[in-house]
Amino acid sequence: MAIDDTPLSAPGAGIGRSGKVALALRGLPHRIGPVLAVIAALIALWYLACIPMNAQNALMLAEREGIAVTPATAQERRDMSGIALALATPDQAVARAFGQDRPRLPSPHQVVEELWTSTVGLKVTSKRSLVRHAGITLAPTLLGFLIGSLAGIALAVGIVHSRLMDLSVMPWAIASQTIPILAIAPMIIVVLNSIGIQGVLPKAIISAYLSFFPVTVGMVKGLRAPSASDLDLMRTWNASALRTLLTLRLPTSLPYLFASLKIAVAAALVGAIVGEFPTGAVSGLGARLLAGSYYGQTVQIWSALFGAAIVAALLVATIGVIQRVTLKRMGLAG
Amino acid sequence: MTTISAQSLDLTFPSPDGPVHALSDITLDIAEGEFVSFIGPSGCGKTTFLRCVAALETPTNGQLTVNGMSPDDARKARAYGYVFQAAGLYPWRTIARNISLPLEIMGYAKADRAKRIDAVLELVELDKFANKYPWQLSGGMQQRASIARALAFDAPILLMDEPFGALDEIVRDRLNEELLDLWKRTNKTTLFVTHSIPEAVYLSTKIVVMSPRPGRITDVIDSPLPRDRPLDIRDTPEFLAVAHRVREGLREGMETA
Repeated sequence: MAIDDTPLSAPGAGIGRSGKVALALRGLPHRIGPVLAVIAALIALWYLACIPMNAQNALMLAEREGIAVTPATAQERRDMSGIALALATPDQAVARAFGQDRPRLPSPHQVVEELWTSTVGLKVTSKRSLVRHAGITLAPTLLGFLIGSLAGIALAVGIVHSRLMDLSVMPWAIASQTIPILAIAPMIIVVLNSIGIQGVLPKAIISAYLSFFPVTVGMVKGLRAPSASDLDLMRTWNASALRTLLTLRLPTSLPYLFASLKIAVAAALVGAIVGEFPTGAVSGLGARLLAGSYYGQTVQIWSALFGAAIVAALLVATIGVIQRVTLKRMGLAG
Repeated sequence: MTTISAQSLDLTFPSPDGPVHALSDITLDIAEGEFVSFIGPSGCGKTTFLRCVAALETPTNGQLTVNGMSPDDARKARAYGYVFQAAGLYPWRTIARNISLPLEIMGYAKADRAKRIDAVLELVELDKFANKYPWQLSGGMQQRASIARALAFDAPILLMDEPFGALDEIVRDRLNEELLDLWKRTNKTTLFVTHSIPEAVYLSTKIVVMSPRPGRITDVIDSPLPRDRPLDIRDTPEFLAVAHRVREGLREGMETA
């Protein structure tokens, strides 16, 4: 594996390796340009979409203030599409599209504003603080991620070492992921509640249910990654299966493990959010989503949604940093 | 004393196109301290024979003893060190800790391990690189480290499967010289698989010429060359005569295949 590594003496091998800062910044303008372009395009598209989405409401508000709109009555407007309405009275539809109290589609700046006030603008102890809600969802996420990852690794170890498990477990693991999590989550909550388990654990188990699978699949591949001659070498030393697992298979599998953990942690967050739905939880990101949809608070829904995405991004990025440091130290970085 | 003895060895692999006759009627005795090269085209069974000695394959028929034991018992008794074409060093372990790995597995005490690592590193002239990582070394140095690892636990037999196959000719020449020197000093019974006629003739006390379909021995040459062999021995008539006989053996094997 290391043979085809560029030797340090190779021409040009040292270029750009001077200084950690330079290394970290290398190619940054290159990478960030396309990302910014895509974000800008998405935001523009979002603002554009707000106009027809909120046209119905915009024209109603205009009519209330006595401004003439076409068509003139709500009855006529009810069955028209948003695009047709926006085209019929473009000035009012555009002017009133982006600042409504209860828009069908909130505009980006409204969501950002809500995100800002509900995180930075509020004390963490406040009931509306998104930081508090995120923290409440984070506990089952991390616990479920831990349980799921360990279970995933254990299953993969079993599958790699036992032909019987290879044939019997994998189909069930795949089948488990075809069941909609929304269908199985209430059952898990109810069953665990009936044996007296409440609180964080049932949600963590739903998280684990979602996160074990990518780890199992990745680790089966990772534990089988050592080359035939590496495994033969272990055999010539008469090494036990346990020793081979610990000294060869597990270290070799680490790149696969980290790739799986990134998927698993995002899945665990989804599990924890879904786990809040059937319990009628009053706090947590899932509860914010649910409450927002009960009361038609679209701005709250979208900011909770983005809050969840930010939490997921932070979790994945954290694993990414650990991955880079570990693999670099182990000489496994590609 | 006979270290490795094969009597009418046969090995067939099942394959989708019918059974493959990898080894057919191999009879061979290798004495203690010999350097035996196995040469022949791909599919002649030279690697398969080595793997049988190492108990990585099991012959279908015939008798094979290694150090007076069955190959599997010899493996468990750690009778041999195996060197593959790929150095197989772990990138997360330093050279010293790579060499330490088989010693750890075999349960050597820590102080003993350190002593042995120092000794073999000196033997392959890598003592200055003990704390380097494999990727900091050239391909030739990596292969030397892999040989050091095979020598570290004092196995009486060294099995080498095209260890220098991936290296360029210049590096290869130097490693051949070093290997010969190593063999003279350690007196290990060495089995060496190669594609190269000069390499086989230069290194060996005995050359086994093999041919494919089925994998069999066509000639066994006891080298008349002395134990001390400077690189320029390769221009002497004796050397060329042996090389010629190897070439003839290979050609004959191809004609009857």
